[in-house]
Amino acid sequence: MNKITNNKAWFLVLPVFFIVAISAIIPLMTVVNYSVQDIFDPQTRFFVGTDWFRQVLEDSRLHDALIRQIVYTGSVLFIEVPLGIGIALTLPRKGWGVSACMVLLALPLLIPWNVVGTIWQIFGRADIGLGGYTLNLLGMDYNYSQNPMDAWVTVLVMDIWHWTSLIVLLCYAGLRSIPDAYYQAAKIDGASNWAVFRFIQLPKMQSVLVIGVLLRFMDSFMIYTEPFVLTGGGPGTATTFLSQFLVTVAVGQFDLGPAAAFSLIYFLIILLVCWVFYTVVMNAGKREEQ
Amino acid sequence: MRFQKRHIALLVYIVFLLLPIYWLFNMSIKTNTEILGAMTLFPDNPTLANYATILTDPAWYSGYINSMIYVGINVVISLLVALPAAYAFSRYNFTGDKHLFFWLLTNRMAPPAVFLLPFFQLYSSVGLFDTHIAVALAHCLFNVPLAVWILEGFMSGIPKEIDETAYIDGYSFPRFFTTIFIPLIRSGIGVTAFFCFMFSWVELLLARTLTSVNAKPIVATMTRTVSASGLDWGVLAAAGVLTIVPGALVIWFVRNYIAKGFAMGRV
Repeated sequence: MNKITNNKAWFLVLPVFFIVAISAIIPLMTVVNYSVQDIFDPQTRFFVGTDWFRQVLEDSRLHDALIRQIVYTGSVLFIEVPLGIGIALTLPRKGWGVSACMVLLALPLLIPWNVVGTIWQIFGRADIGLGGYTLNLLGMDYNYSQNPMDAWVTVLVMDIWHWTSLIVLLCYAGLRSIPDAYYQAAKIDGASNWAVFRFIQLPKMQSVLVIGVLLRFMDSFMIYTEPFVLTGGGPGTATTFLSQFLVTVAVGQFDLGPAAAFSLIYFLIILLVCWVFYTVVMNAGKREEQ
Repeated sequence: MRFQKRHIALLVYIVFLLLPIYWLFNMSIKTNTEILGAMTLFPDNPTLANYATILTDPAWYSGYINSMIYVGINVVISLLVALPAAYAFSRYNFTGDKHLFFWLLTNRMAPPAVFLLPFFQLYSSVGLFDTHIAVALAHCLFNVPLAVWILEGFMSGIPKEIDETAYIDGYSFPRFFTTIFIPLIRSGIGVTAFFCFMFSWVELLLARTLTSVNAKPIVATMTRTVSASGLDWGVLAAAGVLTIVPGALVIWFVRNYIAKGFAMGRV
């Protein structure tokens, strides 16, 4: 769409600019400020330059948390995206079933994150939880508060339970925008199910999938509340992801300088990955159009 | 044949979604002795005592009221500021528009954990600590960019000829915007409000950090009860069920918008 150049449009954007600037720029500047100073109390502070950054980058606990985070986010995307697409394809296209499915699918998205943790805490416990009890009944020695592997898998399953619906809803929206004529044409051509999926459905879902993948990447990279409630980052450090680690450093140990330096690095990682992903996908999309 | 297989997969998935929620509900209508005593798929003596505890104790139910208030304020603020901005982004080129848009989106990517301490200090220093408006403003950090993003998608789907015709017919911008444009993107506003509600309602970290007593959200009440006594599973489950209810109601109201609306904008 051709847009008119008009700098008066800034007036329409100003309220957004101010309200986000208050919540974003001032706190961000505070973080930057902390990251280069050693603060004992409000009056006594020293400029330390990049010391905190160096200290944080060499911290092996951070490296471990980062690797755990990458493995976790990778698993989340690897499972949730194909599963979400698959479920979206099975949804009915019309009738009363549509509304019913929409409501049921959206339900986990509207549950407060700590309640999600609580639900799985209750569900997974071997003594009082249906899930944990059943697994033990089947002969598995399952205990998410003792066994690191069990804890990790539980957090992952919880995330799949919680967020796959988002991918499903987005994909379903993309699928609905395909006119019936496309399917009819494919039928006449004798296209296989796979061909219909690959050349009709997938391209239509591309733009919503980009959004879905970006949202899932950001949110799973920032995950804090659910594992905090479910496992508290344990046992040991099995489910201590980056946010959990950051809060431990900033609030638990009150090391403001390293925590601030770490915050900035954390933010930059997310920013960089999102930017690269977005650019690559958009360029690929443009090439395909040409 | 294929038709049936599809539906089995869907059914299995929906059962997977509902089982944990059912278990929470099941537990909320049991007594603590039954919860800890035996494994029962259905409660032997269903009781509403856990719900009564919550609905009669101000320490519990005020949490729900506080959450509703700040979520409501947040949705209103987000929509009010995002509507004109999204219109500007979808219709005009202006200096720095692309950078501004990207900067807005980066705020959606900032881990809330990063901003905990600065937020606490910022809102304490201006005397807003422990007020509903503080939480509502803090949640604007991620909800306003999201609202702009979604609304921009919906607005770009409206042909620009409509604007031009209206201006030729002598409509002023505010009158055009409120009487013609906003009704056109109703479903977009519905979807946006839904997303804002959702992300503000489910957030715990900022809400807990910015409140202590007067504006304490229900989600914080729950975690503190867990750490303090830790064992009243029945009440905890009942509180959990009650936090799901508002979300379920909102979904019910926007169910047709979710289905139709999602396809129209990009989201």
